[in-house]
Amino acid sequence: MADVTFAPSESPSAKAMAGPRGARPKRALSGRNIMLYGTLIVVCLYYLLPLWVMVMTSLKGMPEVRLGNIFAPPMEITFEPWVKAWSTACTGLNCDGLSRGFWNSVIITVPSVILSIAIASVNGYALINWRFKGSDIFFTILIFGSFIPYQIMLYPIVILLREMGLYGTLWGLVLVHSVFGMPILTLLFRNYFSSIPEELFKAARVDGAGFWGIYFRIMLPMSLPIFVVALILQVTGIWNDFLFGVVYTKPELYPMTVQLNNIVNSVQGVKEYNVNMAATLLTGLVPLIIYFVSGKLFVRGIAAGAVKG
Amino acid sequence: MTNSIEVKDLTLNFGSVSVLKNMNLDVQEGEFVVLLGPSGCGKSTLLNCLAGLLDITDGQIWIKGRNVTWSEPSERGIGMVFQSYALYPQMTVRGNLSFGLKNARMPKNEIDKRVARASEILQIQPLLDRKPGALSGGQRQRVAIGRALVRDVDVFLFDEPLSNLDAKLRSELRVEIKRLHSRLKNTMVYVTHDQIEALTLADRIAVMKGGVIQQLSDPQTIYNKPSNLFVAGFIGSPSMNFLSGRTVDGGKTFVFGDHRISLHGYDGGAVLERDQAILGVRPEHLTVSATEPAGPSIPAVVEIDEHLGADSLLWLKAGTKDMCVRVAVEGRLPSGTNVHLGLDIAKASLFDTKTEQRV
Amino acid sequence: MSGKPTRLLRNLNAKIAAIPMILTTLVVFVGGTIWTVVYSFTDSKLLPRLRWAGLDQYERLWGTSRWLVSIENLLFYGVMSLIFTICMGFLLAVLMDQKVRHEDTFRTIMLYPFALSFIVTGLVWQWILNPQFGIQQIVRDWGWTSFTFDPLNNPDTVLYGLLIAGLWQGTGFVMCLMLAGLRGIDEDIWKAARVDGIPTWKTYVVIIIPMMRAVFVTTLVIIASGIIRLYDLVVAMTSGGPGGNASQVPAMYVYDYMFQAQNLGQGFAASTMMLLSVLIVLIPWAYLEFGGKKHG
Repeated sequence: MADVTFAPSESPSAKAMAGPRGARPKRALSGRNIMLYGTLIVVCLYYLLPLWVMVMTSLKGMPEVRLGNIFAPPMEITFEPWVKAWSTACTGLNCDGLSRGFWNSVIITVPSVILSIAIASVNGYALINWRFKGSDIFFTILIFGSFIPYQIMLYPIVILLREMGLYGTLWGLVLVHSVFGMPILTLLFRNYFSSIPEELFKAARVDGAGFWGIYFRIMLPMSLPIFVVALILQVTGIWNDFLFGVVYTKPELYPMTVQLNNIVNSVQGVKEYNVNMAATLLTGLVPLIIYFVSGKLFVRGIAAGAVKG
Repeated sequence: MTNSIEVKDLTLNFGSVSVLKNMNLDVQEGEFVVLLGPSGCGKSTLLNCLAGLLDITDGQIWIKGRNVTWSEPSERGIGMVFQSYALYPQMTVRGNLSFGLKNARMPKNEIDKRVARASEILQIQPLLDRKPGALSGGQRQRVAIGRALVRDVDVFLFDEPLSNLDAKLRSELRVEIKRLHSRLKNTMVYVTHDQIEALTLADRIAVMKGGVIQQLSDPQTIYNKPSNLFVAGFIGSPSMNFLSGRTVDGGKTFVFGDHRISLHGYDGGAVLERDQAILGVRPEHLTVSATEPAGPSIPAVVEIDEHLGADSLLWLKAGTKDMCVRVAVEGRLPSGTNVHLGLDIAKASLFDTKTEQRV
Repeated sequence: MSGKPTRLLRNLNAKIAAIPMILTTLVVFVGGTIWTVVYSFTDSKLLPRLRWAGLDQYERLWGTSRWLVSIENLLFYGVMSLIFTICMGFLLAVLMDQKVRHEDTFRTIMLYPFALSFIVTGLVWQWILNPQFGIQQIVRDWGWTSFTFDPLNNPDTVLYGLLIAGLWQGTGFVMCLMLAGLRGIDEDIWKAARVDGIPTWKTYVVIIIPMMRAVFVTTLVIIASGIIRLYDLVVAMTSGGPGGNASQVPAMYVYDYMFQAQNLGQGFAASTMMLLSVLIVLIPWAYLEFGGKKHG
């Protein structure tokens, strides 16, 4: 069949381009768009409200706070509540503000994060690349363990820590956090390492590298993204913890969250709402900053932690 | 014959990237047109525009004499089959076939009639109560075709439907689709990157590259008289041999290196004198002989032979140029043999290097 | 093949590296749990005592109104929380899936509460719901002088106050999970539905949601296991009140009896009950997901 030639009456030029042509007309302000963006904006207001209120209240003096209207910005901005929250707020025991709790939290978080990530990454690596008898069973138990409510393991751990002489110390708490962080982190690393092509691993073994050699020279350099995710997950989780902080430390060593609760909820007498809000804001600042800085990685970390099994 | 589909001046831009450029295409009723090309050439994009799944930047689309440029896919009178089948996983086969019809409030007996007809044509009656997860790849593809069939439309669009199947299934289903077309006689537009599907299925092939149709003809013409260098090199496996040179003597002779090749018998346009030309000859249009043959030929040295079972391929070097010749199994020669390659000029194609068009 | 004695030594490095995990698994998770369960059958008070007491602790537990209230509260909070987080999370995900501009900004705003501690969340909302200075007062100042909105000081409505804060924190996370699930759906399914003429809402309801069954189930399990641990939020917002008991939750019961009231036996029994409830959720799920497959 030869190329089709047009009969004169059917040539495109004869049948002029009648009717609609080109792109469909789209109005930016269509009903659908209004509903869509309108709903999203209203929802975002619901989410932003507390942040706004927190910041606004913390920048007002007490007289202004008493005037009411927590939504209104301060007429006179003052950072005094912040200073007070940080250095002189009373928790019933001592009056040196949140700064003590802040540093406690730092001392708790940093070693816990390092320890838990180090152990979990090696575990995940061993599980995936060096399977041995029983490794899968242990892993399954570990994952199941992460669902068990902490309450049931609280007391035995107290006993354990007492035997080790670590009960009531910061290092005891570090140990606890490391242990409880293991299931999720091991899962995270295991899944990530399983996506690294096995050929790389095999080639390295052919080259004669051993367990630790491969770990340090091959796995680690390739895993920077997942380490960051693990970091974010752990720092946020440990910094925000309350239960372990209150059970396993003494009052002088309380992390920031516990201190915060004490400052706000257990103070008798006149409540200084602006100082309370400043304290709350300060406590939430560290994970918030991490969140805003790490954006997409944070989402990835949540998804990884959430998709178990 | 009326046109089933008319594409007029179709242009599609994604932001500043021009994906389809001023495309014009007419498909006659009952015709099987294949859009063929490498990935990124715009063939799937064009199909999606025909379906109404993509909004175009300029131009018009007419189906069965109606301007459907702004119509929804379900209003265009088309059925579509996807590469990944896209069957609704939670419904049975019967559910998949009838879902669209139920949504259109069609009476139940009409739906049953259409489902019965489609499943009879495609031989999927025993599968009607199974879910897609329990079907094989080939069965799923049949159900996907069935879903388009029940819509009782005139135009079927296929988006690389066989690419997810293994080679054996692919050739089986290819024949089925051809049978389907000859039985139903619907207009079919089919996208693929596989030449074999194109050459075997199509009434006409539109070879595409960079958002432009390079050639629109029946398979024989495309194979024997490719309209430009791209089409010539794309179609045919192993691909055409290209000799770079020039034409002299008023266009009667082709000069390749030190050799003069007579162009007597060339089937094409006015050769003229061009100082940059390319002579293309397919591997099966070359002959190998130990002595110099009567017609035009060039000397060459055998490098490798590949035994394909039914015949063989000889890879030779003519000067610095690699050449490929298809020979009978007995015609295999050891490496290093000096031979003469006879060229069948009547079946060759001459291209102007600058315009890349066939002369 | 090397002889039997060296099998233990194979992968020695790996085994050594995995010892921390094995140790923890065994000692803490398995050992600790078993220990607590065993001791829940004793009459331990200030210190653990291995004096068999049968089901005494459990009888006392289920006879204490405080425990019963905490169970009721948790059930109510749990069910409401599940329903609302999943519905709201899914709807938000659907909205976000409509190719909105500035999607990243919207998502950042919806997810940031998740980064905060429950204590922070609880305290902020406590302040917002404050009857003197918070929402109630503001609406009154606008003219509706008899407007009441004081959930936290009313035993009948305190749980709603908790819910408002809990939803605020958790919905963004569910939205992210759902959005990931939506994005995992083959785009061709959408195309096929469009060619079939199925309207968008119907496609979501009849085709997409059933396809996302796994995501819904996973989300449910994660939320459920988190709800059982509800503690920090209550401590911050209401300390279990008003009236000492109205917003009690099991986790609070455990802590109070274990570390404050010096009644370890009760604490053990209560935490064993918590474990039971988690298992009731987990085991059917695990069976569905892994049923038939062998481990190890």
